[in-house]
Amino acid sequence: MLVLALDTATPTLVVGLARWTAGTDAEVLAERAVASGNRHAELLTPTIRAVLADAGVGMRDLDAVVTGLGPGPFTGLRVGVVTAAALADARGLPAVGVCSLDAIGSGARTGVTDARRKELYWASYAADGRRTAGPAVGRPADVVAAPPLVGDAAVGSERLGVPVAAVEVTTAGLLRAAGPQLADPEGAGPLEPLYLRRPDAVPPAARKPVSQPWHP
Amino acid sequence: MSKPLVLGFETSCDETGIGLVRGQTLLSDALATSMAEHERFGGVVPEIASRAHLEAMVPTVHRALSDAGVSAADVDAIAVTSGPGLTGALLVGVAAAKAYALALDVPLYGVNHLAAHVAVDELEHGRLAEPSVAMLVSGGHSSLLLVPDLAQDVQPLGQTIDDAAGEAFDKVARVLGLPFPGGPPVDRAARDGDPASIAFPRGLTGPRDAPYDFSFSGLKTAVARWVEARERSGEPVPVADVAAAFQEAVVDVLTAKAVRACRDHGVDHLVIGGGVAANSRLRALAAERCAAAGIVLRTPSPRLCTDNGAMVAALGSRLVEAGVAPSAVDLGADSSVPIYVVSR
Ligand SMILES: [Zn+2]
Repeated sequence: MLVLALDTATPTLVVGLARWTAGTDAEVLAERAVASGNRHAELLTPTIRAVLADAGVGMRDLDAVVTGLGPGPFTGLRVGVVTAAALADARGLPAVGVCSLDAIGSGARTGVTDARRKELYWASYAADGRRTAGPAVGRPADVVAAPPLVGDAAVGSERLGVPVAAVEVTTAGLLRAAGPQLADPEGAGPLEPLYLRRPDAVPPAARKPVSQPWHP
Repeated sequence: MSKPLVLGFETSCDETGIGLVRGQTLLSDALATSMAEHERFGGVVPEIASRAHLEAMVPTVHRALSDAGVSAADVDAIAVTSGPGLTGALLVGVAAAKAYALALDVPLYGVNHLAAHVAVDELEHGRLAEPSVAMLVSGGHSSLLLVPDLAQDVQPLGQTIDDAAGEAFDKVARVLGLPFPGGPPVDRAARDGDPASIAFPRGLTGPRDAPYDFSFSGLKTAVARWVEARERSGEPVPVADVAAAFQEAVVDVLTAKAVRACRDHGVDHLVIGGGVAANSRLRALAAERCAAAGIVLRTPSPRLCTDNGAMVAALGSRLVEAGVAPSAVDLGADSSVPIYVVSR
């Protein structure tokens, strides 16, 4: 089947088109990674158009949509998730969500990405690709960094004090992580972002008087 | 040939609104709101609103389509609020609208939320007289606009320099121990009160003040001070009277400035929209003063005054009809887009 894959969990938005068959590695037909920073909403659909054009494929040829569910900065992450949900809905296709860290590198590793506020998103994997810890968000001291470390090299190396190899989310990684769900789309989980943090919001304290005591 | 079917997306604040309009005919208006989740915070929490938009998006689109008895494939154009509003909330709607437009291969129009509040009136009262003056009052905005051409020429006359009118209602409701959002409970409480019982200040109504700008911060503080003085003296707070007097101060200024804007610009049509336009006293006083000044007043029904998807679809429909160019493929959200940018 022809699968459109996308991810907006990191500052690099990734869009790919792959041919997927159960039990084999996906064949990536086209892929674009765009360093879009916080402009995912602006650039995602144009990048999807470009990838479809690169592969000479139209929206109507697609059989499924795969998206990274993060963890990642919420605003950009939601752009990818809602885009995948809407594309799939409009074309009546299955939509499959995967942990974005699963799509960074392969084999035994720990993937780390920037969670801002001096924290990291991370997850560890065994040699067979099975996730053994995470996904989690935490301070660098809380990261159980089983080497090798991959992901956001600049932020990861600086915060952890050990080298992190620069590896980004890939279409192949997204497809690999999505395999079991693509094989059984009926059983695919809901497209809910892996927020890992609660919204910042505190109920207001008791009403503060506007008339200050020292006011005449 | 039937007129184009336009699907509208609205996510600028806490309402996920999806509406369908054909020409100026309202077909459906599906709404999901996260208001209850914000209640205990006394105001809309942007991250909570954004999460709720994402969750509600596809189900609300389905509801709008099924209520209208059409399928997604029937849609001819899509319109989405691209600003002003809360950035994270806007982006959910913009991204969704862009994806539906791509998947359905139809043009996309990123539209101005305020202009959409004006456009919604066409669904109930037919084509807008142009020029009209529009007054938009809600928890997020308070503006006076001159509208020579709703599709491409909307001019700002004035706006609030501090709180939005709806915010003042929320804050006064809190002072009076009434629930959030404050508009409806203050309106209800005021019905049993005497609007003349307390003389609250009318902001920016001096001879040298900007004639079309609003200020509600001083009024809000005056109400709080008055209530606190009462509480300190151990006397009961006359909630109905305070609500009525506060509400009168707000709607007195709003209607006086709107009528003046019409008169100064030689315009004899006024449209009032936004959540505060559902206030019963505002509607009554505006009707009274417009009648006295020979101005035709148009007010959408309260259901369409608050944020919804139909208003966005209505403006999109006008844009299609006027032959305005669709948005570029790199459309994003602009939380503070100026009102004269009707679409982009
Ligand atoms: Zn509004």
